[in-house]
Amino acid sequence: MSRSREIAILLAAAVIGGASFAAAQSAKPAGKEPQAKPAGKETPAKTAAAPAVAAAPAKVHYGIGREAKPEEIAGWDIDVRPDGQGLPPGKGTARKGEELFVTQCAACHGEFGESAGRWPVLAGGAGSLASHDPVKTIGSYWPYASTVIDYVRRAMPFGNAQSLEGDDLYSIVAYVLYLNDVITDQDQELSDKSFPTVKLANEANFFDDDREVSEKAFWKKDPCMTNCVAGAPKILGRARAIDVTPEDGKGPRVE
Amino acid sequence: MSTHTLDHEAGLSRRSLLGRGLALGGAAALGPGTAAVAAEPGNPANLPPNVPEWSKTLGDGVAVRAYGKPSKHEAHVIRRDVEWLTASRESSVSFTPLHELDGIITPNGLCFERHHSGIAELDPNDYRLMIHGLVDKPLMFTLQDLERLPRTNRVYFAECAANSGMEWRGAQMNACQFTHGMIHNVMYTGVPLRVLLEEAGLKTNAKWLLLEGADSAAMTRSLPLQKALDDCLIAFRMNGERLRPENGYPVRICVPGWEANMWVKWLRRIEVGDQPWHHREETSKYTDLLENGKARRFTYVMDAKSVITSPSPQTPFRHGRGFTVVSGIAWSGRGKVARVDVTLDGGRNWRTARIDGPVFDKSMVRFYAEFDWDGRELFLQSRAMDETGYVQPTKDELRKVRGVNSVYHNNGIQTWRVSPEGEVENVEIA
Repeated sequence: MSRSREIAILLAAAVIGGASFAAAQSAKPAGKEPQAKPAGKETPAKTAAAPAVAAAPAKVHYGIGREAKPEEIAGWDIDVRPDGQGLPPGKGTARKGEELFVTQCAACHGEFGESAGRWPVLAGGAGSLASHDPVKTIGSYWPYASTVIDYVRRAMPFGNAQSLEGDDLYSIVAYVLYLNDVITDQDQELSDKSFPTVKLANEANFFDDDREVSEKAFWKKDPCMTNCVAGAPKILGRARAIDVTPEDGKGPRVE
Repeated sequence: MSTHTLDHEAGLSRRSLLGRGLALGGAAALGPGTAAVAAEPGNPANLPPNVPEWSKTLGDGVAVRAYGKPSKHEAHVIRRDVEWLTASRESSVSFTPLHELDGIITPNGLCFERHHSGIAELDPNDYRLMIHGLVDKPLMFTLQDLERLPRTNRVYFAECAANSGMEWRGAQMNACQFTHGMIHNVMYTGVPLRVLLEEAGLKTNAKWLLLEGADSAAMTRSLPLQKALDDCLIAFRMNGERLRPENGYPVRICVPGWEANMWVKWLRRIEVGDQPWHHREETSKYTDLLENGKARRFTYVMDAKSVITSPSPQTPFRHGRGFTVVSGIAWSGRGKVARVDVTLDGGRNWRTARIDGPVFDKSMVRFYAEFDWDGRELFLQSRAMDETGYVQPTKDELRKVRGVNSVYHNNGIQTWRVSPEGEVENVEIA
């Protein structure tokens, strides 16, 4: 490196160092408050001139980012809520949806939502949730019908996402709900108006996380350290006996 | 290939492990309490008094390895998946090789993956983050915009809620990589989400956020506003470099201490609302079915948990009797890990392990327990405690309150049986 270039870099470092020192004074130290930030639109020079005054006010705007246009939001805002917010316009029946389902969905989910291979089972499983072989389907487990239309609209068909809209979307969802006996008339029309009235049976069986109350016993002050269990350890089960662990050499190929 | 292998490839297989034992002189036949004294590995041609090739010839020059890779002898240290677990690799998971790692930072190329529609390959110039809904001014950010805002560096673990999910009904996977490998611990660089929300201005009725990815699953989760304002990061770097595509390049959200499904990758949109959306990943999935058929929802926090990473089934004791080191990791979604205990006798007696290296909030810690192994059968376990006083439960304690249908949030104590030959297997004990 030439001597003159070295000096130039040193000078630059001195200038940058001075500026960042000023900024550091006006920012809170990094700690429990990640929201601490330097004093907004103030230039480093101004901050340095009046560091005490520049201490961050409650609401600082950096003026970074631009306003999102309504048409931009409309293109990406595809979510649907249980109260119907976000439902796209359209209407459909299970009768119309059956053919669409067979061509677009049945390869993975089976003609009746019973699943082909290991893809998700969509229908059935009623009364199985408290057994040791629970089958969690839209009809047996899901709390809200809106989740079906939201998910199909955003993520299905697998590999051709966001391709279903309008009447086709409502028709396929109607057919899936029909497979689950949520609607029983093949000609019942679902639309953005009527959809919020569709209710699923299992909604009441969900409750919010209560572990800090129901599992309070796990907050132990002094866990046992000596002679905690009587007798020698007895093996109850071994992974090896089940023998489903992939072996080395059968992993994904690497370059 | 070389002839000085440490027999890494044998790590998972009982057959090959037994084969190795025979190669060491029939050690397995010596019986309990007489663990073999390991033979020195290596090719005599490369060992003194001989001088190996690499001491005589020139190697690769600088920049030949423009982006460096691990030694060719470490080629077995890779993410692996379990083929029977899922219907396709595009909607599946690969596991971190925890048994081959030490310290607390997971190398970027080894961080477990969970995709719902494969890896989205975004051009950073086409990256946009939209914030709209109950805000004063809907905003659109480019990647360059995000990098002009005040940023911060934090080390956090991200654990899939389904980590150890295959073990609810008993010991199933005979590898630490598969029992516990849906976790990584990374230093993220990013902008506090609070900064972006304040920039947009929150309406007074704002209570929930919808996070949405740009992949073809358009993965969504509802996030309570309080958490968003507390410690969430809009991250664009991991361990100093850009996020890897498989980890959300160019931008993901970090939701510290909470299940990794909420850490939406390829983050494209944040909508502010007044109630949760109840989307697929928070209803059909990531809800915890209990014994009575009812299901717990919004179980965000990852309970304190630990596991011994070495020895474990893929990294057995190869050294025979004598002084040795048990190494493991612990973490808690509720704060800092306060203590880790280790037992050699299946929970009869415990000793407090040595935590070594930095202890950060909602980050992994590394612990060690050194001891002199006399060659007897061991039942190794570790037990994490966090700063809130939570103590990692046994698997039985957990099953008593949750049953076996939960799939998610299995943080029960793991048992590794070490045989007198040094072989390690995943077992459940009473």
